[in-house]
Amino acid sequence: MSKPKFAMYWAASCGGCEIAVLNIHEKILDVDANFEVVFWPVAMDAKYADVEKMKDGEITLCLWNGGIRNDENEHIAHLLRKKSKILVAFGSCACEGCIPGLANFTPIQEVIDTAFTTVSTENPDNLRPQPHYQMPEGEITIPTLYPLLRTLDQVVDVDYYMPGCPPESHQIAAVIDVVIAALQGKADLPPKGATIGAGNSTVCDECERTRNVKTIKEFKRIQLGKVDPDLCLLEQGIPCNGPATRSGCNARCPSAGAQCIGCYGPAEGVVDYGARLISAFASVIDSDDPQEIDRILDGLVDPAGQFYRFNLAGSLLRGSKQAHTSGD
Amino acid sequence: MSAEEKKPQERVGVYVCHCGTNIAGVVNVEDVSTWAGEKLKDQGVVVSRDYKFMCSSLGQELIQNDIKEFGLTRVVVAACSPHLHEQTFRTACKGADLNPYLCELVSIREQVSWVHTDKDAATEKSKAIISGGVSRVVHHEPLEPLYVSIHPATLIVGGGIAGIQAALEIADAGYPVYLVEREPSIGGHMAQFDKTFPTLDCSACILTPKMVQVGNHPNITLLTYSEVEKVDGFVGNFVVSIRKRARSVNEADCTGCGICWEKCPKKVIDDKFEVGIGYRKAVYTPFPQAVPKYPVIDRENCIYYEKGTCKACEKFCPTGAINFAQEDEIMNVEVGNIILATGWDLFDARRIPNYGYGRLPNVFTSMEFERLSNAAGPTGGQIVLRDGKTVPKSVAIIHCVGSRDKNYNNYCSSICCMQSLKFAHLVHERTGATVYNCYIDIRTPAKAYDEFYQRLIEEGTLFIRGKVAEVTDAALSPAEEGKLVIQVEDTLIGKQRRIPVDMVVLSAALEPRADSKEVAKRFGISCSADGWFIEKHPKLDPVATMTEGIYIAGVVQGPKDIPASVVQGAAAAARVLGKIQQKEIALEPVRATVNEEQCSGCRICNDLCPFSAILFHEDKMVSEINPALCQGCGTCVAACPAGAISGTGFSNEQILSQIDGLLFLNIKSKEAVKA
Repeated sequence: MSKPKFAMYWAASCGGCEIAVLNIHEKILDVDANFEVVFWPVAMDAKYADVEKMKDGEITLCLWNGGIRNDENEHIAHLLRKKSKILVAFGSCACEGCIPGLANFTPIQEVIDTAFTTVSTENPDNLRPQPHYQMPEGEITIPTLYPLLRTLDQVVDVDYYMPGCPPESHQIAAVIDVVIAALQGKADLPPKGATIGAGNSTVCDECERTRNVKTIKEFKRIQLGKVDPDLCLLEQGIPCNGPATRSGCNARCPSAGAQCIGCYGPAEGVVDYGARLISAFASVIDSDDPQEIDRILDGLVDPAGQFYRFNLAGSLLRGSKQAHTSGD
Repeated sequence: MSAEEKKPQERVGVYVCHCGTNIAGVVNVEDVSTWAGEKLKDQGVVVSRDYKFMCSSLGQELIQNDIKEFGLTRVVVAACSPHLHEQTFRTACKGADLNPYLCELVSIREQVSWVHTDKDAATEKSKAIISGGVSRVVHHEPLEPLYVSIHPATLIVGGGIAGIQAALEIADAGYPVYLVEREPSIGGHMAQFDKTFPTLDCSACILTPKMVQVGNHPNITLLTYSEVEKVDGFVGNFVVSIRKRARSVNEADCTGCGICWEKCPKKVIDDKFEVGIGYRKAVYTPFPQAVPKYPVIDRENCIYYEKGTCKACEKFCPTGAINFAQEDEIMNVEVGNIILATGWDLFDARRIPNYGYGRLPNVFTSMEFERLSNAAGPTGGQIVLRDGKTVPKSVAIIHCVGSRDKNYNNYCSSICCMQSLKFAHLVHERTGATVYNCYIDIRTPAKAYDEFYQRLIEEGTLFIRGKVAEVTDAALSPAEEGKLVIQVEDTLIGKQRRIPVDMVVLSAALEPRADSKEVAKRFGISCSADGWFIEKHPKLDPVATMTEGIYIAGVVQGPKDIPASVVQGAAAAARVLGKIQQKEIALEPVRATVNEEQCSGCRICNDLCPFSAILFHEDKMVSEINPALCQGCGTCVAACPAGAISGTGFSNEQILSQIDGLLFLNIKSKEAVKA
């Protein structure tokens, strides 16, 4: 009997997810032993045409990382959805948009201008990429950018979500174990729509720091001052996103002395991650004086980055109004 | 989130109220009702009606009949604010065997007809609000109220006249009362007054018998020189922790003979009871008729505590009651209900520098004047200038000092007019001086009040309608030399006047206690922006608060005079007695709950609950909400970053569906909806 087929694809993402998969060390041999890798552009040569020729549902497990930034991403998303039994939104970009999703604050033309005009760009003729271009040899095309980056489940039906930027290797290994066990009939797959490879509560649950009743008199950036190694960072005024962020990473950042920035996405039951955090932080600001409150809030130097760094495309609003209408 | 996926389909009835012309005058209610019946069919609406007064018994019967006839499983009433009639329609549903919490009241009066004039737009908005209500109601779940028993004891905080009245009413009815007073004696401000308006009866004569009754009552545990530190629990079952400050006197041994304060060598300016114009000793009772009779030693001023020697009081005390080593005692008491009657503070007249109080010696505050005119006060009731001997020949009384003034307090302090008239009368009676009353408006609305005003006019008091600009000692003419001059525009004759007088009395505003916000928080009730405690309903529930089991009485709810304070004390007592008689009460089941698995104990919610309902379990590192304490306000639900707290009736599903409904996203064919 032939082995179940495995695919992995990257759309709008950085490639860190692929590295995280490879970072599971010898467990990758289990993947090879149990699966036939049929499509993984970053690791092996493959053509879209090969995938198109497959039967529907022929791929057993497809890990998709990256958001949907252009028409090529969308096309492949539909294609792999059709060909895969289990489609996993793998990593923060696929689940909630992540860093590429932050472009949703900006009209798409500005995004392109920034990329092609800023000082680090060598572009003496001030060129812009054209989706269609007529060459003597014929028309050549590149994918068309969309005004908004979308998450995978805003485009196709998704079976499971695996958060993280990137997902922790031990979680990837655990998920692979479960899938293999399920294929061998030794375990049940989780219910469709479930978040896998992560916990059900928040980063605080895995954080060893001491916590007290919270009141905040000042927000400060972590590099500007002494940090108590044992006390909850948020209590020290360091804007730690742990309270709203899904558990599963073993509280890596807070354990290492840095605040959680939220890469594991919203906790179970949270509809809008940023809105939740904003109302939580606001609730514990210890002042009744509007001016003092303004001063305290000024300590959050980059609110958009603080509250929506990973989650903008997946949030209720998905992006700014200007970005929403920039494709019109 | 789409409502139509919910199985089985709920059967919803929609009822649109005309509220006479209140709603129907602006909203086309027939159109709204027909629209809901047709366009919201997919959401489960099986019947939609409009009616003149839904809250009438006929309107309620209409709903009840439909519940039976159409087998309704959900009811949406579009009428007034839920504050007003939610209970009415819930009860109606219950009467037809539908769980009352499956009824949703949406407001098209306060939120639509009363705030809009464009009839078409108001009609469309009503449709949106009903559409939201229908989308929401299908997610409602049947709820059962929580029953709790009621402890028969009552805590009353504040031993002024309101607290005294409440304590006596409840104790006389046969139930135990703990009366807690911060000062060494009960009596409150009323004990400082000489006469009360408009009858001019002696304040002490009518107050002290009641104080004695409190002191002797077998059902009243009197805890003076004490403060409530902590309140736990909930209606019917509060646990209150009270700090009994050390009096340095053993109450069991003290006979109140007074030898200790006679022998005490240390004289202290009494800035509480005598408001700084009289003296007391370091061991003292605030006034001779104090209840209880036991003195306290003021440790900040006592020579023994300062220098380690003296002990004159101990030496002379015939019963050996002095106990310098006494310590504060913490008492925990269980009570079912709490009445707050914590009273008021006097506006600090120094805040209006142009009136010169604190700078010009012969400018007095109203409380200073009360002590000055009191037969038991420092001058034995003689009205004299600050030098203690000169009798004034002319006195100006300024009304509304710190009241009805946007720089200080916008409100009317309610008692100052009558108090100022009383002052004018006393000045006349005792000194024969010329009296000027400078007022903005004279407000004498209660029984026999205006008659008193007429009497004062007849007595020859000079009334000047105008707000005093300044009180100064800078003379502009020989006649003003050595006098206080009040600069005032007499608005009745349209002239600026300068009136030289010997004495000025400032009728200062009543203000909330300096610590009213902390006290409100400790007891889990709300304060207005001014700092007065907020009643449940300004007209129909004036002594209850939004927190079940906590009542307010007297000036703490807003400025009022003695009769009104007594009325509120008695009213609060009646409410408490009603509760005690019920033996148990049903609590609203709208509550927040913590999903223990999702809670990671970040502790963001811990300090937010205005009702102190959140408990943190150190061992499990999770927060828990006490369902009997929770009032369902939703503060913690909004604050929980993990989404681990949900509020009954306000789940994400309910709120998001309601938003979908408001935006008509629940309706597939939107052609009926105007763009």
